[in-house]
Amino acid sequence: MDNAFDWTFFSEVLVGGLLAGVMYSLVAIGFVLIYKTSGVFNFAQGSMVLFAALTFVSLTERGLSFGAALAVTAAAMAVLGIVVENAVLRPLVNRPPVTLFMATLGLSYIIEGGAQLLWGAQVHALELGIQDTPLEVSGMLISKFDLIAAGISAGMVAVLSLFFRYTRTGLAFRAVADDTFAALAVGLRLPRIRTAVWIAAGLVSLVAGLLWGSRLGVQFSLSLVVLKALPVLVLGGFDSVPGVIVGGLLIGAFEKLAEVYLGPYVGGGIEGWFAYAIALLFLLIRPAGLFGGRTLERV
Amino acid sequence: MSAPSLSKSNLPRWLAPLILLGIAYGVVPFAGGSYLFEAILTPFLILSLAGVGLNLLTGYAGQLSLGSAAFMAVGAFGAFNFNLRIQGLPIPVSIVLAGVSAALLGVAFGLPSLRLKGFYLAISTLAAQFFVQWVLTKFGWFSNNSPSGVIDAPALQVLGIHFDGPVGRYLFALTVVVVLTALVARLVKTRTGHQFIAVRDHELAARVIGVPVFRTKLLAAAISSFIIGVAGALWAFAYLRTVEVAGFNLDRSFQIVFLIIIGGLASIRGAFFGAALIVVFPLLLSRLGAFLLGGVFNSGVLEMSQHIFLGALIIAFLIAEPKGLVALWDRLTARAAALFLSQTRKANTDIVP
Repeated sequence: MDNAFDWTFFSEVLVGGLLAGVMYSLVAIGFVLIYKTSGVFNFAQGSMVLFAALTFVSLTERGLSFGAALAVTAAAMAVLGIVVENAVLRPLVNRPPVTLFMATLGLSYIIEGGAQLLWGAQVHALELGIQDTPLEVSGMLISKFDLIAAGISAGMVAVLSLFFRYTRTGLAFRAVADDTFAALAVGLRLPRIRTAVWIAAGLVSLVAGLLWGSRLGVQFSLSLVVLKALPVLVLGGFDSVPGVIVGGLLIGAFEKLAEVYLGPYVGGGIEGWFAYAIALLFLLIRPAGLFGGRTLERV
Repeated sequence: MSAPSLSKSNLPRWLAPLILLGIAYGVVPFAGGSYLFEAILTPFLILSLAGVGLNLLTGYAGQLSLGSAAFMAVGAFGAFNFNLRIQGLPIPVSIVLAGVSAALLGVAFGLPSLRLKGFYLAISTLAAQFFVQWVLTKFGWFSNNSPSGVIDAPALQVLGIHFDGPVGRYLFALTVVVVLTALVARLVKTRTGHQFIAVRDHELAARVIGVPVFRTKLLAAAISSFIIGVAGALWAFAYLRTVEVAGFNLDRSFQIVFLIIIGGLASIRGAFFGAALIVVFPLLLSRLGAFLLGGVFNSGVLEMSQHIFLGALIIAFLIAEPKGLVALWDRLTARAAALFLSQTRKANTDIVP
């Protein structure tokens, strides 16, 4: 029975990958929110994740309770969103998308440098009180932390969907994303909506920061989760929330499977680029991504 | 007789570059200490060259690349391996072959631009960044199975002339940079250069007037990667004197993007202006910080404040001066010239009423 394919092990790897993928989607959702409503490809999302996690953990280390630290950090993220929208993006309105992207690249340097200047660059451990014990489900060992993290992410997606469907602000978001000029014509206040989107993205990055931070430790490398989210976005489409969920699941699963089954043949360490390779191959077949809207081109 | 005019248009266009060359070859080598050459001038020249290369792709042809450092790494390791494995190959030939390897890779990762635009291409170049770093660290062949992964660069010697010491390496880098920059300056004025700009400004319109869009994009990627590859070879051979992957990371790629934004997109001088600022500004900041804050300003604080200042600078330039330092410089010199001109006119009319 030595040569028999170990299906239990395979499904264990697969489930682990899917759960990790949900964590990727969590970061990617922040992108989608901003891209959908303002067309800004926000490279600073990763540094916002770092900023949120670092602020939260530093506050708890200074004796604040979990709830108080969460509230203060959420407020800080909201202020950050307001400042970014007003000081950086409003002066750049109507400029080419690549210019806006470069501005967020500069922004990510500012936020990441500022966060570490403020709170120090050392590694902090972040304890959310979730035991990372393996859970046995029909023969497979699954990390309890991963399950809870995936649950929180799923809850977050559900809350966002309800928000988009049933609240005035959510409807305004969708209106702006659908047709900016029409939204302006019916009297929606664009600057206010864009500020609200940045605040929402800040809160999403707070959740992502807590989950990723307790997984990796809170340090500079946390801002690099943005690089994990990019292939997910490419695969799912930049403007689709369901897309990045499916994209995250696919990338997570393929990445883990490749790491386990393909990695040993090429010396390992392929997780840095493998997700990009999948995303790019897929793009060649379908440039708009899985769920992305087809862009029309007119002269 | 009309009043003597000092406006720029009356001076031959080649005069300013010629004077600069005269200073760079005739004055600078005798002027400074080794610190000036090793820490400032040589890296400045090489980063400028990388900037010129990226500007061709991003500034002129409008294709954003976030993987410049990967192409620099290919250039550095390519030059090292050609030099190591082909006996008696002259250094310049190794460097040219290294540039060609980088160009081939550039075409390979530019191929997705057949179907992708904007951010998607940026992501393809990001993939190049991670993939190249992985290949060069994972496969020992590229670093000649050196256990530390850090290898000494060969001595710079061309036709029996040794480019030793800080000044020699500066002159070597200077010569390569001058030759390639002159070629690029010519290229952007040719039909091909205009096709780059046409593709950047309106891809569909370019296609309509008969520009072979896909071929133009690939050509831009190839030439740009060639230049960046040569810059990488110089970085290893003339600046660091070692060949290692670590220096060619994502931060280096961003640095090169930043320097063309700050210096000026679609401008050859822009790359030099931007590189000068990128090289000098950390040194200034560390002096200034140490002076103002003393011991509190340690290396960690320095690094973070560098990031903050650099980010702020990018955003400030994008908002207030999208054409970069070059536009700022041109405006200032034009204003100074106008001021000077009106002064001399005034002086002339005072004498001869």
